[in-house]
Amino acid sequence: MTTPVVEPRQHSVTFPLTARRLALGLTALLSLALLYFIGVDQGATSLFGSDTHIHEFVHDARHFLGFPCH
Amino acid sequence: MELRHIYRGLGVGLLGGLLAFVFARIFAEPFIQDAIDYESGRDAAQDALDHAAGLGHGGAGGHEAAEVFSRSVQRNLGIGVGMAVFGLALGGLFVVAYLLVSRRYPQIRPRVLAALVAGAGFVSLYLVPFAKYPANPPAIGHEETIGARSALYVTMVAVSVISLVLAVIAGRWLAGRVGTWNASLLGAVVFFVLVGVAMGLLPSFGHLASNKAEYGTFATETPQPLRDARGVIVYPGFDADLLFRFRFYSVISQLILWLTIGFGFGTLAERLAGAPARVRAPRPVTGAAAADRPSAAAASTAS
Repeated sequence: MTTPVVEPRQHSVTFPLTARRLALGLTALLSLALLYFIGVDQGATSLFGSDTHIHEFVHDARHFLGFPCH
Repeated sequence: MELRHIYRGLGVGLLGGLLAFVFARIFAEPFIQDAIDYESGRDAAQDALDHAAGLGHGGAGGHEAAEVFSRSVQRNLGIGVGMAVFGLALGGLFVVAYLLVSRRYPQIRPRVLAALVAGAGFVSLYLVPFAKYPANPPAIGHEETIGARSALYVTMVAVSVISLVLAVIAGRWLAGRVGTWNASLLGAVVFFVLVGVAMGLLPSFGHLASNKAEYGTFATETPQPLRDARGVIVYPGFDADLLFRFRFYSVISQLILWLTIGFGFGTLAERLAGAPARVRAPRPVTGAAAADRPSAAAASTAS
């Protein structure tokens, strides 16, 4: 007789893609991508194969900003 | 609404990066050049030693062999673009953190929140990782360990940021129980314990297996004096004063960047929010909130 009622809990898991979330998410993502290219790419890992143009161009900045280099 | 903040965050980040570049170009570049000259001289001395020992020349200066950009381009343009883009990216991360926190705690005044978030960024993204793995000038760092060093550095940054978030959450939780001041101090203790444990667990660069095998047991990869077969020093170790100068200026340039972001964005955010001393509609103060913010409670009772 006392069948447990399943409460609809959708309201607690919905995650609407609002303009605000989109803006914040994109900003964070692009910032992290830029940091990756300035700090890490073409040293330990490389997205464009064995090319060192980015690495050599920002070489001094990479050292000075504290990223491991060479 | 958020876009106006985001544009300003990116703008102050770019400005901070450019200011840090001006500082770096004037004060740090001479030392970077000294470090590169040391590396060239050491490579030449190593070649001479190898030649005398009949080894032929093994690792002929990796730098000069594959020079893609001239020193002049690297010194003037490359470091400028690199630091400006770095500033832009940090401005982006900063403004995202600022907007997330300001929505949760709208009662914090914009310029105060901007200063707090910028301070948190400086400490967690740079200063704490620097304490374990400090910035190194050219000539320090073995090419074969770049993968391990990058992974360790990124790990240290991630641990530091996560520890700071956990410490802030712990502090907020404690604030209703022991008061804001004590909760802040306890939050700081949580942060230092977490990053301290991580620093203790992560290996030093010099203690990586390949470094130990090739160079012996040293804590860092800083070049040691070069000795010939009889043990006579033929080329000195890396200059300690030069190393200190480079690292000290590295800290100062990051400070310039974060101060620009924190105070620059704070000023702009105050303008966006209207007059800084705007009058708020009085709202009921709950018990927990009153304990958090005695000044607000006092203000509401006074009015």
